[in-house]
Amino acid sequence: MKYCLVVDDSSVIRKVARRILEGMQFEIAEAEDGKQALDACSARMPDAILLDWNMPNMDGYEFLTLLRKMSGGDRPKVVFCTTENDVAHIAKAMDSGADEYVMKPFDKDIITSKFGEVGLV
Amino acid sequence: MSVPTIHRVIDFINKAAGIVLTTEKAYFIDARLSPVIREENLPSIDELMNRAERGDRRLAQRVIDALTTNETFFFRDKSPFEHFKTIIIPELLARRPAGKTLRIWCAACSSGQEPYSLVMILDEMKAQLGGRNVEIHASDISESILTKAKSGVFNQFEVQRGLPTKMLLQYFTKDGDNWKISQDVVRRVNFFKFNLLDEPRALGTFDVVFCRNVLIYFDRTTRAAIFERLADRLAPDGYLLLGGAESTFGVTDRFTSHPKERMLQVPVPKRAATMPAAAVRPAIA
Repeated sequence: MKYCLVVDDSSVIRKVARRILEGMQFEIAEAEDGKQALDACSARMPDAILLDWNMPNMDGYEFLTLLRKMSGGDRPKVVFCTTENDVAHIAKAMDSGADEYVMKPFDKDIITSKFGEVGLV
Repeated sequence: MSVPTIHRVIDFINKAAGIVLTTEKAYFIDARLSPVIREENLPSIDELMNRAERGDRRLAQRVIDALTTNETFFFRDKSPFEHFKTIIIPELLARRPAGKTLRIWCAACSSGQEPYSLVMILDEMKAQLGGRNVEIHASDISESILTKAKSGVFNQFEVQRGLPTKMLLQYFTKDGDNWKISQDVVRRVNFFKFNLLDEPRALGTFDVVFCRNVLIYFDRTTRAAIFERLADRLAPDGYLLLGGAESTFGVTDRFTSHPKERMLQVPVPKRAATMPAAAVRPAIA
């Protein structure tokens, strides 16, 4: 079973994402911000990370930059999942090592499509 | 909606577009036609059908547009596009003399994601194509969906179904809340209205026909007749791509599976028909 870390400061979004991803046979862990997510990755590197952009303490972009410098941090497929839906944000995320990008709101079809794009489904 | 009205609509859409609806679809008919009667300021679906049946072509087209299903997305089902890239185009390039134009027809293109996906694939294969001209023709029975297809504008939900983000950045620009595909891509597709019940002889010969996720709405006799006509429109060494739930098996003897890929259909030489084909019916639209 593949392991996915859901990083979002909204408990509602985490719950919705968890439900979708568990339906896709992923084992799920949750983090509320970039700092918690880094700790989670240090403890166990996920196969996939669904990552919000705007979060307190450490945002998704900063987390991604630090993750890719960690030992084994190049391994997880990172899918941004954010309300930021302009070209500049999307390009910045992809240039910084994100594998895919979801613009909120999302549904099961979109998550399945994006995870499929990066070989996770 | 009364039972006679339901049957009236079912008969109309079957004659006009070949689509088979059953009485269990009454909720669907009501949900699709109610907005039309409101917008047209008509008192009932019966009155709408009166006018459509008496020759009001605009209203007839509105009924067809409302009752056709336009579910589609970029690179839908993935594998047909993989076969296009890894089997069809390499085989055609090897067989066709340099300078010969390749012709592709998306026979039920809906809002355009299928032909636009092909343009993006061909763009990525530019070096392999070596300047070879490839025409992409795309048709649908619904005028309203063709208008949307030609606009090249898709909402945020549509650009996230099947389209890799790298391609979104490469081929689209933000257009308010929507995304607009590059005019270079739009210009590569020749969109036109076509009813699959009509004879397509005037369209010429194609190397590849995509006819996906539309034949499921037709009865077996209509499917057989369409397969017959598509086989006549394909080059003898051409290709037919169907939807995942569609098959030529048991319906026509004009196609067989490609030796490398079972899902890919190739024509077999025409011989005495062993399965009856329905006559071509004149289209209302």
